Amino acid sequence: MQATHAPEHGHGPPGGLMRWVTTTNHKDIGTLYLWFAGVMFFVAGSMAMLIRAELFQPGLQLVQPEVFNQLTTLHGLIMIFGVIMPAFTGFANWQVPLMIGAPDMAFPRMNNWSFWLLPVAAAFLVGSTLLPGGAVAGGWTMYPPLFIQGGISYDLTIFAVHIMGASSIMGAINIITTILNMRAPGMGMMKLPLFVWTWLITAFLLIAVMPVLAGAVTMLLTDRNFGTHFFDAAGGGDPVLFQHVFWFFGHPEVYILILPAFGIISTILPTFARKPLFGYASMVYATASIAILSFLVWAHHMFTVGLPAGAQLFFMYATMLIAVPTGVKVFNWVATLWRGSMTFETPMLFAVAFVCLFTIGGFSGLVLAMAPVDIQLHDTYYVVAHFHYVLVSGALFSIYAGVYYWLPKWTGHMYDERLGRWHFWLSAISFNVLFFPQHFLGLAGMPRRIPDYALQFADFNRISSIGGFVFGASQILLLIVIVKCIRGGARAEARAWEGAQGLEWTVPSPAPYHTFLEPDVAERHLSPPLPQAGGPPSGDEGRGEGYAPELR
Amino acid sequence: MKAFRTLWASAGLLWLPGPALSAWQLNLPVPRSEIARQIHDLHTLILWVCVGIFVVVFGVMFYALWRHRKAAGHAARHFHENTAVEVAWTAIPFLILVGMAWPATRTILAQKDTSDPDLTVKVTGYQWKWEYDYLQEGVKYLSVLATPREQIENRAAKGEHYLLEVDEPLVVPVGRKVRVLLTANDVIHAWWVPALGVKQDAIPGFIRDTWFRAAAVGTYRGQCAELCGRDHAFMPIVVEVKSEADYRAWLADRKAKLAAAAAEAGKAFGLDELKARGEKVYAANCAACHQPDGKGIPGVFPAVDGSKVALGPRQGHIEVVLHGRPGTAMAAFGPQLSDVDLAAVVTYQRNAWGNRTGEAVQPAEVRALRK
Repeated sequence: MQATHAPEHGHGPPGGLMRWVTTTNHKDIGTLYLWFAGVMFFVAGSMAMLIRAELFQPGLQLVQPEVFNQLTTLHGLIMIFGVIMPAFTGFANWQVPLMIGAPDMAFPRMNNWSFWLLPVAAAFLVGSTLLPGGAVAGGWTMYPPLFIQGGISYDLTIFAVHIMGASSIMGAINIITTILNMRAPGMGMMKLPLFVWTWLITAFLLIAVMPVLAGAVTMLLTDRNFGTHFFDAAGGGDPVLFQHVFWFFGHPEVYILILPAFGIISTILPTFARKPLFGYASMVYATASIAILSFLVWAHHMFTVGLPAGAQLFFMYATMLIAVPTGVKVFNWVATLWRGSMTFETPMLFAVAFVCLFTIGGFSGLVLAMAPVDIQLHDTYYVVAHFHYVLVSGALFSIYAGVYYWLPKWTGHMYDERLGRWHFWLSAISFNVLFFPQHFLGLAGMPRRIPDYALQFADFNRISSIGGFVFGASQILLLIVIVKCIRGGARAEARAWEGAQGLEWTVPSPAPYHTFLEPDVAERHLSPPLPQAGGPPSGDEGRGEGYAPELR
Repeated sequence: MKAFRTLWASAGLLWLPGPALSAWQLNLPVPRSEIARQIHDLHTLILWVCVGIFVVVFGVMFYALWRHRKAAGHAARHFHENTAVEVAWTAIPFLILVGMAWPATRTILAQKDTSDPDLTVKVTGYQWKWEYDYLQEGVKYLSVLATPREQIENRAAKGEHYLLEVDEPLVVPVGRKVRVLLTANDVIHAWWVPALGVKQDAIPGFIRDTWFRAAAVGTYRGQCAELCGRDHAFMPIVVEVKSEADYRAWLADRKAKLAAAAAEAGKAFGLDELKARGEKVYAANCAACHQPDGKGIPGVFPAVDGSKVALGPRQGHIEVVLHGRPGTAMAAFGPQLSDVDLAAVVTYQRNAWGNRTGEAVQPAEVRALRK
């Protein structure tokens, strides 16, 4: 860090492709993560389109069952590890240093490395479709003994999971170190923007559970290739052991995919309601409670394996308990909107849809938490509907909201609001047409992961597929909006949104290549830290009035 | 690659009119056992609780979205944090949850109580069929999908019970407590009959149990509910619930058939007789992987047509079919099929398609190679 350089005159990036290969700049790496997530989104999304096309009517039309299983497996693995997680890491790279007034991430070279591992893993996963026997087809949950039966692409998948895990762990270490050590002077932990808090907790979850996943897939690897019998009863092992280890990773993973979303929504709602978040402290505590509880509920994914009654009861009660902190979050968001002064730009539209639709996913989660009901609904389309409500209208909609919200800061231009609204309405409506009928399919008894189904399921599947095609096509609009916004558009102010609070809005738009090189730059904006209670937020540029919207 | 060719070739079929049969079913199936009824009621209770909360919370939110707009001239009130409100919205959901957990706990304890059954059936999952073994009666048979391939491949109109029909259903008496012991031979399967409220994973190498007591005579259909490979969608479960007298009659008929089969095992068969029988056994047990044309699926399932095994020594061929190939999807058929069926299917494989060994394998040869 060179004190003689003002942020605006910092070192510029080198040109050409090597800029992106060698970059250690948090903004460049954030951009790489986000573009990677975008590309993988369209790859895994195309697979979903094929799945919905095959399920458009009963009978086998487009793909054979083994190809169908490859499509569902890859769709799941790529959407989780290649889209949602990298997109959130992209947000963390861009926003965490900007929000806490740090010049960059704590370990810039490791940051470069943790990104560039991802395309390698993705190439293994996608490339394995070309291998003899095709890609991995045992479901994203990789249950043995089915997973043991597969060919070479299954080993490649294990390798890819290891690489993605290493990338996530390095990313998490970087984020934790940055947040704990590089906050601007005066920014205490309880003054952190909520997005930073949620990512801090998420990063701890990642460090706790990614090694568990690595252990589980390593045991698969040695069972497959080196004659061990961890999961083979004939050698003294137990197939259910894998499920315990996998879901000990898998349930915290669910919160890894949603906690940063909570952070983004908690940033956007106050901006467009033009009033502070209702309960900052209770939001932090609720997030931490959800994270801790997430380690105690794994076996609710396993209610049909034949757990003893005591275990079923424990995991049912613990799972139901999660509804309490999640409810606190939803109530907080609604209270934040109450008596605000709301406008509905695209980020706000997606954020409001998130609150409403994520809650539907929460309710179906509560239904599934009841062990007796889960025994009817386990491995049916009801579960498919449930996790798409929390991951598409939850995690993905929050990513959309975040992209629209920060695009002006990233590009220096306002995006096309009309196209953005079209994208929102088409997505929100077709999403419900796509996934709501799947609740009915599951209740009526349609298992998941099947390429063909009984005639009683035909109508809702057809509706669902039509919704799916519209949803898929609508996402091209997002790409158009982003490209248009990068190439031009109305100039964005430093504070692009009237109600936006936080340090990232004190730097010009687009954010200079280097920001907050001197600690006192942040400090200047931090004083006075607290604007007058009850007063309207000032739209004044350059005179920051407190960096955390949570602070009145 | 073949799969992708099929994909493009059949893309046009997508727009053919589908079958008219459908149900628009919105809820769980009509319960036909006490447990299924409790599950049904529990689901209804939670559903209405959730709907109630949804209406209250989002009623408030949509009211705010409408009234507290900037466009409507509403200025923001900068209030935040209120301990009383926050304690209330933590405590009230907790109490609602306790109210929901109480009935759920009762049902769990009832579901787990497999004591004092009237009848015990051992169910074994195979890729991709079920085996039913009446432990007290010595009756054991396989249950395989009965829907013809032509219907699945859209070459024939689909029947009423498309994909939910089997050759030999599980038969149980009405009103009796049936304990189901579950295991699997290869990978994890799950035995699920929605109307009876029973779903239990079948785990290879372990025995799990569950139970049901059917309340009414009838036919109840379900499917495998755990991804088990290629034909996961094609291993349905059919339970036929009969009156006590009909059940007894069925059982007697079953035992007579078993005795007849045991008698014919010592007999020598002609080549054509074995081939004809073997073709049926092949279609039910082998065609899913090795394909009806014996060509297999390159890279996944090896071909039988022209294979070294099918054209090589008979002993090697019989042993592969009897004992399977450990570590692959090739199952051991010795425990599943009779000597006659095994002899027939081996004979068929050695004399079908391009394979023309002209050899008939007799049941006695198979029996000699059983360990």
